[in-house]
Amino acid sequence: MTTEWRRRLVVPAKHTGLVLIGFVMLYPVLWMVVSSLRPGDEIFRSPGLVLDSLQTENYVEGWNALTPSFGTYLVNSAVLVLGCIVGNLVSCSMAAYAFARLQFTGKRWWFGIMLGTIMLPIHVIIVPQYVLFSQMGWVNTFLPLIVPKILATDAFFVFLMVQFIRGLPRELDEAARIDGCGHPRIFLQIVLPLMTPALATTTIFTFIWTWNDFFSQLIYLTDPDMYTVPVALRSFVDSTVATSWGSQFAMSVVSLVPIFLAFLIGQRYLVKGIATTGGK
Amino acid sequence: MSALDELRQLRRGGVQVRKRDNRAAFWFLAPWFAGLVFITVGPVLASFALGFTKYNLIQPPRFIGLDNFARVLSDERLHNALRVTFTYVLVSVPLQLACALGVALLLDRGLRGLPLYRSAFYLPSLLGSSVAIAVLWTQVFGTEGLVNRVLGLFGVEGRGWISDPDTALSTLIVLNVWTFGSPMIIFLAGLRQIPAVYYEAAAIDGASRWSQFWRITMPLLSPILFFNLVLQIIHAFQSFTQAFVVSGGTGGPSDSTMFYTLYLYQQGFSRFDMGYASALAWFLLLIIAAFTAVNFWAAKYWVFYDD
Repeated sequence: MTTEWRRRLVVPAKHTGLVLIGFVMLYPVLWMVVSSLRPGDEIFRSPGLVLDSLQTENYVEGWNALTPSFGTYLVNSAVLVLGCIVGNLVSCSMAAYAFARLQFTGKRWWFGIMLGTIMLPIHVIIVPQYVLFSQMGWVNTFLPLIVPKILATDAFFVFLMVQFIRGLPRELDEAARIDGCGHPRIFLQIVLPLMTPALATTTIFTFIWTWNDFFSQLIYLTDPDMYTVPVALRSFVDSTVATSWGSQFAMSVVSLVPIFLAFLIGQRYLVKGIATTGGK
Repeated sequence: MSALDELRQLRRGGVQVRKRDNRAAFWFLAPWFAGLVFITVGPVLASFALGFTKYNLIQPPRFIGLDNFARVLSDERLHNALRVTFTYVLVSVPLQLACALGVALLLDRGLRGLPLYRSAFYLPSLLGSSVAIAVLWTQVFGTEGLVNRVLGLFGVEGRGWISDPDTALSTLIVLNVWTFGSPMIIFLAGLRQIPAVYYEAAAIDGASRWSQFWRITMPLLSPILFFNLVLQIIHAFQSFTQAFVVSGGTGGPSDSTMFYTLYLYQQGFSRFDMGYASALAWFLLLIIAAFTAVNFWAAKYWVFYDD
């Protein structure tokens, strides 16, 4: 069993296996994209990926199937995502700075609680949270979805940033302190600029998770004008008016495009983020 | 270092306190602390209190003692939901991790095109929780869906995978296995930490690939496997979107896709029985905590820590 033998047989076999697995895995998604560009009745008949002609009728039909049209939901989702990203970046980086660089009473205890909340399922807190937010009249606004981010409840990102700040050389802080900087300036002018990779990871994950999140958006957004993409898509699929797979597929593809773009742009940060902290 | 390692270190008591910056810490942590009170821990405690009441959001909560908790014990639909959820978690997570580890092992050690493969296998993890993929699944496993079309090419007659109570849950299990990419990336990062000299030394001693795997790779990878196991079990217990979309919100056919979270949603947000939903939420927390505790306990017997 020489390395020569290995190179000749094992490596090509590995590649064949991997390509096959990848193809089978991604086939349904590719097929959805292709099918969305076919005339409606052909979707059922053809399991292949060959496209005779490019039809956009499904997109036109799906886009206008609900009132308001799909554009509104895309804008709603975009606004929501933007709010969540800003909230997470500001609040999580502040909390992370405190946990990574400051010494305070009960630090270990608070840090333990923070780690514990990473694993707290949303379903456990959703009922009283809903009661609270509905008393405040926040149902059918984005506030119940954005305010928790402003309050650093995505502990996963706090942990990710703590890890990152710990890796930065302390000498920089100490030099700044000798020059008379307080903690706000050390945070803003030294730590924050150095932690852009962690901030990028947070941005991309927040984008994807918020864009995909269905449970809390389903609960808090019941007015069609406030629907986000996942809620609208589900209501479109459920409505008896829409029975054609073509337009359902078309709008599904539209809803996945931003995720795909985020994936293309942010791959590097995603892989790093998961490898160090185990996100989804 | 993962969150779990952190917890282990905290338990041992690693950090030494020097000079304190309490005032600065207070301001930096103010948003997080408010979140703790109003968004996370506060509601957990509040849901415990609501569990003892009958509450429909309109009339004020009425204290009914242990009724909701007694109902947990006698509610047959809930017991079915537990069966469905346990089956889902206990079947899909091991399968998912086996795929993740298998593919990670194939990809390890300088295979050409690694970044491309890694991206291709990871993509489903990002898409998997979306409504769009659930819509796709509804079609693919439908009576006239892609799976049956492909089976038809081989002359095999399919069935309505999603409309049949015997197979509906399996389609969701397949969907969870499909998202093996994120644990795979964690495995890959772990595999890269294992020094190549260990394998070289073992090869010189004449160890087969098989025994290298069991005596070097598995022990050194076991903390990573443990981490993935804990995380994916917690994730799987919280699955909601896919079952909701595939069953049109009902958990059907015949409650065969009635996940615990879906049942909780129906009780709380379709029937507005907030008291019972709170009791259910607490029960879910206890179940997840129990699973995690058992995991940590069992880890003593199979997870190998180098330090």
